[in-house]
Amino acid sequence: MSKWSTFTDGFVKNNPTFVLVLGMCPTLATTTSAMNGLEMGLATLFVLVLSNIVISLLAPVVPDKVHIPVYIVVIATFVTVLQFIMQAYTPDAYKTLGLFIPLIVVNCIVLGRAEAFANKHGVLDSLLDGIGVGLGFTVSLTVIGIVREILGSGSVFGWKFIPGDGILAFVMAPGAFMVLGYLMVLFNKYLKKS
Amino acid sequence: MAVKSNLKNMALCLTMVCLVCSAILAVVYAVTYDPIQAAEKKALEESIGRVLPDGGVLSDVATAEFDGKTYDYYVSTANGAPAAYAVKSTTIGFGGPLSLMVGVLPDGTVYNTSVLSHSETPGLGAKCNTDTKFMDQWKGLGPDKVIKVTKDGGDIDAITASTITSRAYSLAVSNAVAFVKSIVKAEEE
Repeated sequence: MSKWSTFTDGFVKNNPTFVLVLGMCPTLATTTSAMNGLEMGLATLFVLVLSNIVISLLAPVVPDKVHIPVYIVVIATFVTVLQFIMQAYTPDAYKTLGLFIPLIVVNCIVLGRAEAFANKHGVLDSLLDGIGVGLGFTVSLTVIGIVREILGSGSVFGWKFIPGDGILAFVMAPGAFMVLGYLMVLFNKYLKKS
Repeated sequence: MAVKSNLKNMALCLTMVCLVCSAILAVVYAVTYDPIQAAEKKALEESIGRVLPDGGVLSDVATAEFDGKTYDYYVSTANGAPAAYAVKSTTIGFGGPLSLMVGVLPDGTVYNTSVLSHSETPGLGAKCNTDTKFMDQWKGLGPDKVIKVTKDGGDIDAITASTITSRAYSLAVSNAVAFVKSIVKAEEE
């Protein structure tokens, strides 16, 4: 497997949202607007890259029976670091995403990549995998956010181009499921060539 | 790939990992402590600045109890007399606590209000933070007005489809006004 495909797999073949269908909780809850989706994706990307690097380094020396607790401690540490940093430098984003930042600890994508990839591969591959899957997640969340914001609020990234209130359902949970479902159909039809 | 587990290396490994992680967290906490405090202070000052008239000298936070609730408030002093009060007032909205900063003049006029935090429904109750028609009606609301939504016989136009949020908002403002009146009365005596 080449370095390039390690990197690009996260976008299409192993796209965490539309193919692996992991991390649905933040995907559905935080994509009420394009900006929120982008911020959530980047926050997850940060944790994913760092935890992938550290876990790929730790994996050879960690006894098998305690590997899950060790990974969780590593992931939780990076999430807490992220929380401090966001509180200090991007308080508005921290306020909007709220509870979903600490919940990155239990995001299946992060532990999933640690278990399925980082503990079997070297540092460089794990780094590329983390960036690839993280960006795949970020792009997916941003696209869902864009669609929901256009339909629900008539704007994109806060720039309003349709007057009026929009279709309220798309800002709330049912709209999240609908948009995710239709995007998943389109994704699998046009992008994923098996 | 992985090392064979025994009690000794498992305990050692977990201890080491936890120690290193705690150390990292302690460092990050220490480094970000001041910026976090500064960011919180800035957000609070901005919300107070929005609800009070310009030009006063702002006091530190004071706390007082009124009607079974504890309120944090700030006094803005101009020309040696209190010119306005900013009161932090919290009620329960539709989705959880709704926390407002309410600026009140000594005669009981609402100067302005701003939302500190809320958990209202996006697109419905959350409009209390963005709907200019709803927000503007608080500016300069006189003491002769009844701070209740029109449905309850008051003078406040509720946000469409968000009566519960509008009620909670009105209650928070009227609590703040009643609280300021009690302080002004206490100071006069």
